[in-house]
Amino acid sequence: MMSCLHRFSRTLAATFFTLLSLGASAGVDIQHWTASTGARVFFVQASSLPILDVQIDFAAGGLYAPRELSGLAGLTHGLLDTGAGAMDEEQIAARLVDTGAQLSGSVDLDRASLRLRTLTSARERDDSLELLRTVLSEPSFPAPVLEREKSRSVSAIRDADTRPDAIGSRRFAAAMYPDHPYGVQPSVETVEKISRDDLVRFYRARYQAANATVAIIGDVTRADAAAIAERLTAALPKPVIDAKEALPAVQLPKAETIALDHPASQSHIFVGMPAVERGHPDYIPLLVGNYTLGGGGFVSRLMKEVREKRGYAYSVGSSFSPRKQAGPFQIGLQTKRNQANTALAVLNEVLTTFLAEGPSAIELSAAKKNLIDGMALGIDSNAKLLGYLSVIGFYGLPLNYLDAFPRKVEAVTREQVKAAFNRHVRPDHMVTVIVAGDPGS
Amino acid sequence: MKLLNILLASALIAVSPAPTWGNTPPTTDAATFETRLANGLKVIVKEDHRAPTAVHMVWYKNGSIDERDGLTGVAHVLEHLMFKGTRTTKPGEFNKRVAEAGGRDNAFTSSDYTAYFQIIPKRALPEMMRLEADRMRNLVFDPKEFAAEIKVVMEERRWRTEDNPEAKTYEAMEATAFMVHPYRRPVIGWMDDLQAMRWQDARDWYRQWYAPNNATVVIVGDVKHEQVFALAEKYYGVHKPMATQRTRILNEPPQVGTRRVTVKAPAKLPYLLMSWKVPTLREPEKDREPYALQMLAAVLDGHAAARLGRELVREARVAQSAGAGYDATVRGDSLFTLSGQPAEGRSVTELEAALREALGRIQTKGISEEELARVKVQAVAAQTYKRDSLMAQAMEIGGMEAVGFSWRDDQRMLEIFKSVTAAEVQAVANKYFGDDTLTVATLDPQPIDSQANPLLRRPALKH
Repeated sequence: MMSCLHRFSRTLAATFFTLLSLGASAGVDIQHWTASTGARVFFVQASSLPILDVQIDFAAGGLYAPRELSGLAGLTHGLLDTGAGAMDEEQIAARLVDTGAQLSGSVDLDRASLRLRTLTSARERDDSLELLRTVLSEPSFPAPVLEREKSRSVSAIRDADTRPDAIGSRRFAAAMYPDHPYGVQPSVETVEKISRDDLVRFYRARYQAANATVAIIGDVTRADAAAIAERLTAALPKPVIDAKEALPAVQLPKAETIALDHPASQSHIFVGMPAVERGHPDYIPLLVGNYTLGGGGFVSRLMKEVREKRGYAYSVGSSFSPRKQAGPFQIGLQTKRNQANTALAVLNEVLTTFLAEGPSAIELSAAKKNLIDGMALGIDSNAKLLGYLSVIGFYGLPLNYLDAFPRKVEAVTREQVKAAFNRHVRPDHMVTVIVAGDPGS
Repeated sequence: MKLLNILLASALIAVSPAPTWGNTPPTTDAATFETRLANGLKVIVKEDHRAPTAVHMVWYKNGSIDERDGLTGVAHVLEHLMFKGTRTTKPGEFNKRVAEAGGRDNAFTSSDYTAYFQIIPKRALPEMMRLEADRMRNLVFDPKEFAAEIKVVMEERRWRTEDNPEAKTYEAMEATAFMVHPYRRPVIGWMDDLQAMRWQDARDWYRQWYAPNNATVVIVGDVKHEQVFALAEKYYGVHKPMATQRTRILNEPPQVGTRRVTVKAPAKLPYLLMSWKVPTLREPEKDREPYALQMLAAVLDGHAAARLGRELVREARVAQSAGAGYDATVRGDSLFTLSGQPAEGRSVTELEAALREALGRIQTKGISEEELARVKVQAVAAQTYKRDSLMAQAMEIGGMEAVGFSWRDDQRMLEIFKSVTAAEVQAVANKYFGDDTLTVATLDPQPIDSQANPLLRRPALKH
C-alpha cells in the first residue's frame, strides 16, 4: 500500500494490508435486471459527482482456456483494444484519451473485466461508451499485434521465471491444483502455441451477453443505465451452441513441501491449499476467523508472532480467495534466507494452535468489531462500490449481501470458526513452497 | 495499451507516471478550510459528505533528505517505531485501537516528508486525533522493541531493494547522479547503516523533528470543520512548539560529463534508466520551465496514447516497456528520467538510442497542438476523478503542504500547466537534455543458477 507516491522508490510504507474481501455496508440500493440481450445488470445511482463507472465482466478467465494454450484468456482480453471496427490501436487509444475517459481491465482465473471511467457530460460519455462498445463487439485481433504481444508475454514470462516470488507462486499454484486450470500459469511453450484462430474462437465462445455481467455506478438514471447495458451487449457474439462445458472438479492435493534454489537474500514462503468457492456458507466464519489468524493487518496473530515479536518479516499474512471453484487459503511471508525454516516453524505453530483452539472470545469480538464498523470504508467511493457490485453480480451473490453482512458476521461463534477452519484448512492437504531458503536454516 | 499491461506477469517498474496536477475545481475550494494553532500546527479540513467516513493524516516536514551519512534510513526507522507505544499506550496499542474502531492505518516516509494516516468511520475521528497527538510528543523508546523492529526494516530493505533488480538499479542511479545532494541516499537507508543504528539515533531524530510547528494535519471526510478545529485545539493544542534546527541541504556541484553505472542482479530482462538534471518548481507564479517539463513527460508517457508506448513499444518494437518521469514539486533537486526494458532480441544500446531519438524528434520537430490538447483533457478529467477518493484528496493537500507549497497553489498550477505551449516544450527539450548532465544506469541481468554464476552467492549478512 502507498508505494510509489511521489518519486520512484523514495516513499516507503510501514507495511501493506491484506485487504479484507467484501466487508461493506448497509443501505446500498442495488438495482438489478436482465437486459434483453441476456446480460445481467447491476446498478447503483450516485449523483454527487459527474462521473460514470461501468464494468463488464465475462466468464472468460484462465479457467476456461485449454491448459495447453494457457495465456489465451489474457491475450484475448489484451487484444480487444488493439483493433476494433475500422480503428487500429493508435486510433482507439487516441480517441479514448481525447474524451478524458480511462479504460482499464484485468483478467484473473475466473473473470475477464473491462472498466470504463468517464465524465458524464453528454459528448464525453457517449463517445467513450461507443468506443467501449466497439472494442467489446468488433475486435479485429490484428495478427501483427498478436505476434508482438506474444513476444512481450514470452519476454515477461522468461523474466518472471528468474524472480523468487514469481517462481514460488507458479510452483505453489501447480502444487495446490495439480489437475486443474487454477494450477496452470502461462509458460513460454503455451504462449508460443497460441494462434489468431484460438483468440477468435475463445472470444466467440466466451464474450457473449449470456456470460456477461454489467455493473454501473454514477450520475445517470436507471433508464440511462438500462440503455447503456443494452448498447454494450447488443452486438456481442451470439451463442452458436450452448457452450456449457463441464469444468473439472478441484481435487485436494497431498501435503507436500517443495524447496527451490535461488540466490536471493530473502526466502519466499508459501503455505496453503484449495479452500472455498464464492458463496460458500463457511466463507463468513472463515473470514471472521482469518482476521485473527493473519488477515487483520497489524493486529493478527501471524503479524504479532512473526513480525512484532521476532522481527522475522516485513509482511506476513493469510487470506482466503474464494473463486468460482474452491479458491485458495494461503499464508505468505519473506524472511532472510538463513532463517527460513525458523520462520516457517513459527508460522506452522501459529496455524496449528489456531486450528486447535480457534480465536479467543476477545479476538472474536475484535474481529467482528473491525469487520462490521469498517464496512463503511469499503464502499465510500464509487470505485470501491463498483468492485463489490461486480463481484456480487458475477458470482451471483444475494443482492442483499452487503446489508446482510453485519448480521451474519455478528452471529459467528468461536465454535463455528474452529469448525469451518478444520473443514477447509487441513494439514494433510497443505502445500508448502520455499524459494531461496538455506538448507538446514 | 493499458489492457495489455495486465497480462505481463513480471514486475514492470516504470518511473512514476507523468504528473497530473493537483487542483480542485472552484466549487470544492469552498469546502476546504485552514487554520493554524498557536503552537504552529497547521490544520486543513476538506469537507466531503458523500459517506460517513474520514481520513486523518499528519505530515511531518522531514524525510530522508534531512538525514546525515552514517544514519541513513533513520527517518523511516522512526516511522516504524511510532507504533511502539507512548507514555500511556502500549506497543501495538495504536493499531489495535484503530482496528477496533473499524479503521485502517499506516504510515509512509519519503525523501521529503513522513506521514501517518488513519482511514476511519467518522465517529472514531476524535480518538484518532487524540492518539496521533499523543505520539507526536510522548513516544517511548524501548531498546527491545527497537531490536525487533530494526530487523523488520532490514527485511523490508531485502524485499524492496536487495532482491529487486530494478529498485537496485534505481538506487545506483540516484547514488551516481548525486554525489553530494542528499537524494543520493536511499530512503530506506543503506544496509550497513541499518545494522549500525542504535535506538538512541531514532530517539534523537524524534526529538529533532516531532513537534506541532513542523507538522500539518489534514482531514478529509464527513466532518464539520469547526468541530475538527476544536478537536485539534483540544488534542494537538496542548503541545508546545519547539525550535527545529534544519540542517543545510547540501548543493550538488554542477555535473559536466555523462556518468554510467551498471548493476548486476538475477533477472532476464535488462533495465535502463537515463536521468537528466532539470529545474525544480520553486515559484509557482514565476517559473515556466517546470510546467513545460511536466508537459514533456506527459506527452512522452502520460496516457494510453502517449509517444513512448506508441513509438518504442508498438511501432519500432524496440522496447518491452518504456516510460518517462519527472517530479517538479520536491524539496531537493529534480531529475527527468527515461526508462525501459528492451524487447526480446533487442539490446540496451538499441533501447538507449531509441529513447534518445524519441527525445530528438521533439527537439527538432516539437509537439503538435493535438498532443498538447490531449494531455490537458486528461489532466482536467483526472481532477474530477480524484474527488471520488478521500485518500487521494488528502494526499494531494498534504503532499503540497509538506514540500512547501499551499494546497491553494493547486488550482493555479493546473491553470499554468494548461497554458504551456508547444514551443515551450520544445525549448526545454533542447535546453536540458545534453549528455553532460546525464546519468545512465543499466541492469545487467545474471542467470539465477548460482553454480553458473558464483558472483551471485551473496556474502552472509552481518546481522
